[in-house]
Amino acid sequence: MYAAKIIGSVVCTCKEQRLVGLKLLVVQPISLLNLENEGKPVVAVDAVGAGETEIVLVVGGSSARQTGITGNMPVDATIMAVVDHIDIGGRKVFEKYAAGDAE
Amino acid sequence: MNSAKVIGTVVATRKDERLNGVRLMVIQPIDSKGNAQGPPVVAGDAVGSGIGETVIYAKSKEGAFGLPNPEACCDAGITAIIDSMYTI
Repeated sequence: MYAAKIIGSVVCTCKEQRLVGLKLLVVQPISLLNLENEGKPVVAVDAVGAGETEIVLVVGGSSARQTGITGNMPVDATIMAVVDHIDIGGRKVFEKYAAGDAE
Repeated sequence: MNSAKVIGTVVATRKDERLNGVRLMVIQPIDSKGNAQGPPVVAGDAVGSGIGETVIYAKSKEGAFGLPNPEACCDAGITAIIDSMYTI
């Protein structure tokens, strides 16, 4: 899985029948070490109700079909987790609710 | 399968329910000499590895086979902790 930032969404009325009802979001893969952009944006199906600007985990390949709502669908990238925090070697790289923000 | 070094952890309370109870570790893929190979990725941990350990991980759908739910949406899974490695 790789970390990514949600930067947009895609709306398609004419699409494969099984994709009806799935939210398609544009995600920008980011580095786990410093959250900088890394690679090209891709379109991923949202399986956990993630919102714009959130940091999420995206699973690729055939494992993307292993979530509750993307079973045997034509999907190769699925957002399957919303990241709360990332620690690298004891250093906090990302914290969604920094102290005092949670209220 | 590839070898990697465990360098960190990711916490995500809101995630797909098939991943409940799975520790998400940040791993840095390495070659047999220990040099970094490509960007770090997140892998599910099936053997209780800790930060700093050198491990073996499986990619794609097979990465989830060691997890409590083998059909979890996980495309990288730590399957073994390396005690020693020898290459000519």
